[in-house]
Amino acid sequence: MTTESRYPAQTRRQLLTRIGILAGSAGLYQAMTSLGHAMGTDFKGPPHLTGARPGTTVLVLGAGLSGMLAAYELRRAGYSVRILEFQNRAGGRNITLRGGDTLTELGGATQKVGFAPGNYINPGPWRIPYHHQGLLHYCREFRIALEPFVQLNHNAWLHSSSTFGGKPVRYRELASDINGYTGELLAKAIDQHKLDDLVMPEEREHVLSTVRGWAGLSDKGTWASGARSSLRRGYDKMPSAGIDGAPTYSTPFPRAEVMKSGLWQWMAFPEALDMQTTMFQPVGGMDNIGKGFASRVHDLITLGCAVTSIHQDDHGVKVTYKDTAHGNAIREAAADYCVCTIPLPVLSQLDIQVSGPLKSAIAAVPYASSVKLAFEFKRRFWEEDDQIYGGISFTDQPISQISYPGHGALSKGPAVLLGGYMFGPAAYDFAGMTPAQRVEEGLRQGSVFHPKQYRSEFLNGIGVAWSRMPWTLGCCSMWSEQARKAHYKTLVSMDNRIVLAGEHASYVGCWQEGAILSSLAAATQLHKRATGAA
Amino acid sequence: MRRFLLLLAILLAGTVLPHTACADTASGEAGSLQPMATGEAVYHHVCQACHMPDGKGARNIAGAGFPALAGNARLQDPGYPIYMVLNGRGGMPWFSGLLNDKQIADVVNYVRTHFGNHWQDAAKPEAVSEMRPDIKLEE
Repeated sequence: MTTESRYPAQTRRQLLTRIGILAGSAGLYQAMTSLGHAMGTDFKGPPHLTGARPGTTVLVLGAGLSGMLAAYELRRAGYSVRILEFQNRAGGRNITLRGGDTLTELGGATQKVGFAPGNYINPGPWRIPYHHQGLLHYCREFRIALEPFVQLNHNAWLHSSSTFGGKPVRYRELASDINGYTGELLAKAIDQHKLDDLVMPEEREHVLSTVRGWAGLSDKGTWASGARSSLRRGYDKMPSAGIDGAPTYSTPFPRAEVMKSGLWQWMAFPEALDMQTTMFQPVGGMDNIGKGFASRVHDLITLGCAVTSIHQDDHGVKVTYKDTAHGNAIREAAADYCVCTIPLPVLSQLDIQVSGPLKSAIAAVPYASSVKLAFEFKRRFWEEDDQIYGGISFTDQPISQISYPGHGALSKGPAVLLGGYMFGPAAYDFAGMTPAQRVEEGLRQGSVFHPKQYRSEFLNGIGVAWSRMPWTLGCCSMWSEQARKAHYKTLVSMDNRIVLAGEHASYVGCWQEGAILSSLAAATQLHKRATGAA
Repeated sequence: MRRFLLLLAILLAGTVLPHTACADTASGEAGSLQPMATGEAVYHHVCQACHMPDGKGARNIAGAGFPALAGNARLQDPGYPIYMVLNGRGGMPWFSGLLNDKQIADVVNYVRTHFGNHWQDAAKPEAVSEMRPDIKLEE
């Protein structure tokens, strides 16, 4: 018997317990952090790059979050940095639309946003998980104000076309009934000794009390009309005051209908790590993050540069672009190194001088199609008539959902909600419509939630189809298992003098955090290469 | 696998597809697929989002965008559009998990006989079936 097996390596927990005893909780936290727990994503803090060779130049392609952050960190390290941006604004997909903005898509349709002053929609990213510590770090560093984003609202609606007569039900009713009926079934099975071969005698009472309490069962162990179930799913008549102040209890929906509805998926949704509370949004619009980043690197950015080719040799990188601010004049920019954040659907169609495997990787990751609808209404009828303050109503119709603004609650006057958010088949379908058709179809489907107000209170609306945005040609990266296996490492590895960055070059795809982490990884890689460390 | 895909495609027609939520995608790929009994319907509900209703595609100032299907000589061999629809490439997603063999054959035959194209040799669903790749969206 070897010593190794007689003295097994201490487990993580044992190690942490010892550190906790010796160093106190601060030491424990530090240890957990350095072992990779207790923090959020894989963010380890800013990279603290130093010691660039003086005069070394870097060209960053794209002024989205990843491009601007790479420029910010590389300039701090001592590089001479320049950013070329396709659009006439910095921020990339970090974007907010307000009254007066216009949006022209491929195919030629132009939409003008008609929102009242102060109202906005975030057509791209719109919420930030608490564990996206890289993005949150830079929001703190750049003094970008965040506020909670309301993800789960128990009073919002859930709608299934084929159950409950096609009428929406409240989240609290449905969720309470699913928990209640499930708990009742489980409690009965245990009581009737039908699970004796699964539930050990010593844990029987614990399981029973857990199930009964979690599900909110009556003293008889049932999920039925009464005080306890109404405390969760709501009353037919709420408790009040005066002679008629007594409440009227509600009655749970029929169990078969509840279980058949498929609406459990909207209970599971906010349980996913990426959707759990607390979520954040920037105060005043998502683009305040992009503006905060731009405030640190605005002097490096040239807008209106449509890159057409990226060449490199042993001496440097040469980029050709059309200067759209000056009659599409053809210009060249040169640098020692390049961070390329151009979205892959665009990049895959440019003349780019990289290795064959990297070319294949760039062509192997399409972007998902996504459509968001935004409607402005005369008043917050969802609050005033329905007591819905923020959160999301879900439907099995193509629009998938309506999301109510979590900010500005109780204010008067026009307000904007998200009238639909689609991926997959519904996104293809809506992107193929004219903007007016998208709005009309969104109003028709959304009326299922607010039949009395949706048409009469409507003021104006837009439909943003990401696949038709000229500068990104899609919403965000769509990795297949096969592409990840064959191409990921190539995609994120520096190719001579060029390194890619953006959410597509990460395992946190479609999130801004992916852009942040990828940007830091790319900047660090470039720095190692430029200083001869790699 | 093929039977599974066919079943999936049948299920998709008019019902919800609750894919795993991936990133900030609200409901993953959920969303109902319109019934698509003809090549024209497939084109209308899926393809024209990018290739445009007139099949002429569109390009941005840098020359990147969606290729025209109208008058496109590469459509001469039906194998090429079938391959592209199944596998995707560049900005174009793969549709092997979304469309069944008949829908792909239908839409390939549709674009090969419309938008100024006149290729009369129709592709059969069996030809699509033989070319089906194994592509799975990452969870």
